[in-house]
Amino acid sequence: MKYNLNHLRELESESIFVMREVAAQFENPALLFSGGKDSIVMVHLARKAFWPSQLPFPLFHIDTGHNFEETITFRDTLVKKLNARLIIGSVQEAIDKGRVVEEKGYAASRNLLQTVTLLDAIEKYKIDAALGGGRRDEEKARAKERFFSHRDEFGQWDPKNQRPELWNIFNGRKNQGEHFRVFPLSNWTEMDIWQYIYLENIELPSLYFTHERDVFIRDGVWYADAPFMMKKDSEEVIRKMVRCRTIGDISCTGLTLSSADNLEDIISEIAATRVTERGSRTDDLRSESAMEDRKKEGYF
Amino acid sequence: MELLRFTTAGSVDDGKSTLIGRLLYDSKSIFEDQLEAVKRASIRKGNEQINLALLTDGLRAEREQGITIDVAYRYFATPKRKFIIADTPGHVQYTRNMVTGASTANAAIILIDARNGVTEQTYRHSYISSLLQIPHLIVCVNKMDIVNYEEKVYEEIRENFSAFASKLSVKDIRYVPISALKGDNVVVYSENMPWYGGGTLRYILENIHVGSDWNHLDPRFPVQYVIRPISDKYHDYRGYAGRVAGGVFRKGDKILVLPSGFISTIEAIDLFEQELEEAYPPMSVTLRLKDDLDISRGDMIVKENNIPKVDQDIDVMLCWMNNKPLTPGTKYYLKHTTTDVRCMVKEIKYKVDVNTLNQVDDGADLKMNEIARVALRTTKPLFFDSYNQNRQTGSIILIDEGTNNTVGVGMII
Repeated sequence: MKYNLNHLRELESESIFVMREVAAQFENPALLFSGGKDSIVMVHLARKAFWPSQLPFPLFHIDTGHNFEETITFRDTLVKKLNARLIIGSVQEAIDKGRVVEEKGYAASRNLLQTVTLLDAIEKYKIDAALGGGRRDEEKARAKERFFSHRDEFGQWDPKNQRPELWNIFNGRKNQGEHFRVFPLSNWTEMDIWQYIYLENIELPSLYFTHERDVFIRDGVWYADAPFMMKKDSEEVIRKMVRCRTIGDISCTGLTLSSADNLEDIISEIAATRVTERGSRTDDLRSESAMEDRKKEGYF
Repeated sequence: MELLRFTTAGSVDDGKSTLIGRLLYDSKSIFEDQLEAVKRASIRKGNEQINLALLTDGLRAEREQGITIDVAYRYFATPKRKFIIADTPGHVQYTRNMVTGASTANAAIILIDARNGVTEQTYRHSYISSLLQIPHLIVCVNKMDIVNYEEKVYEEIRENFSAFASKLSVKDIRYVPISALKGDNVVVYSENMPWYGGGTLRYILENIHVGSDWNHLDPRFPVQYVIRPISDKYHDYRGYAGRVAGGVFRKGDKILVLPSGFISTIEAIDLFEQELEEAYPPMSVTLRLKDDLDISRGDMIVKENNIPKVDQDIDVMLCWMNNKPLTPGTKYYLKHTTTDVRCMVKEIKYKVDVNTLNQVDDGADLKMNEIARVALRTTKPLFFDSYNQNRQTGSIILIDEGTNNTVGVGMII
């Protein structure tokens, strides 16, 4: 029994291996950073993989402009602390330039617009591997992802024609103009992430812990109020104690009514929950294959 | 808590989806919104029962056609273990997917329909599991409810299978009679089969000893990445990052570097801000050596008295994964541990019929889903072990030089 790793250490070791493969096989990788817990764990793993060197790739944020303020503050503090490079793809800029058209109506979200911004930024910064925090347990289309996921010259994913991936041999060969999305957290579950955050004492944005906020309810999901959130007359803004289980931008992030103000409480809350973390992500609920369709186009 | 990776293979109607559904459902790993989504989709498709296959068949094309095309990964945990299931299709035209799912598995579940007994598909799944050196096979005799839970049926299948299994190289085979549909012996002991004295499937999965699945005898450290910080504080730091592929490395150990043959001593084993006394598979660490040597990615750190094979000529059991067949004389990129070389296919020695395990001597090429013993010649020597000794240092992939696709995967003999 002596030479056994526990499951978190085995997952950690696998992710570190994948990140080092990326640094070794690609010329210009970047780590997609949203300010959510998965990308924060990714940064932590990258620090472990390359210590005592600094991260060999920049953090790469696709900014919808509809962020929780706390996310941006957290991002900037982290970047400063690590002395990391930060590159930003701005959805607002893409709207201003006419690259994309903003959705209209109450359910309008900038979620879909991120794809164009992401692909534009990948081209602009000549990124050949974008490390993402996607996990296979999140969603059924994600369950089909490879660790090294090939994207053609249009940034598209072809899920029916993926490269076989065996053992821990990762094939990052590609032609000019193509790129890879790499998912070191493929085998982690939501619970693994939280247990690891607890084990390693990783700092998180305050949004994950309970706090008082102006919210309103729509189709059974609590949303944060913000100037750009269009509300119907029947949607009354009230103050509630809430926290985020997952962080996207404000328009697609459902909030959990919760009193959990520390990691132990969050872990017990998740252990007892009967709904997946993306169950309140409006972006996934649009259709049965919303995620697959977006991913084929080049989404995260 | 430990991690156990297992694979299942199967086709429509053999109860595989029901079994996985039950393992997940009974360990509370299916969430309400997932179940709701599956219910909605089942109704839309006109299914009478909730179709649990829709949980794993994640792609639109798979749901439309009602088939599993690719490997799907599912996750669940019990208080004792965390599990990763690689769920693969079972037909012969999906051999490559079964091989993929098997490559990282500690255990394989072989499902046998109690009404049909051991079939061609059983042979195929078992052979692939054995070829990929999955250490533990769990033979589930399913649909026991339909054969009135008769011991005789189970015993006969068990005898037939173990006669066949003597041809395989699997270390550990377990048998369990179940009904995935009714739940007998999956998670809860069945009262319908008092004659069965073993554990439930979940009990077996929770208790199989996985610690010995890694090679702890032959020290192998493929250098993955060289860490040289550009900072005042760590000016002289030079670390060799990688994942231990075999054996145990301790601080103070005398080591040998391949291919140079340089000898040095391990000064420290780093993992982030922590210094470790020892490292073993599958740990990702950084080794620092006493001497400044020229070591780069693709080199291998080993021990002087335990050196892997070093050769440019290797024989592999190759599974072909691509539409375009392999022909002798063709050149490919070859990836092995952290090394990239080119290679030429010298000869296809024989093919293996995955249904009968017979050697067949046909054809000048190797088609998709076929498995053959193939001789390769590489441009540079590889440092390797046989796959039977070490899955990490005994495996290779072949990459097409034009498309960059992974076209073949091999187990070194």
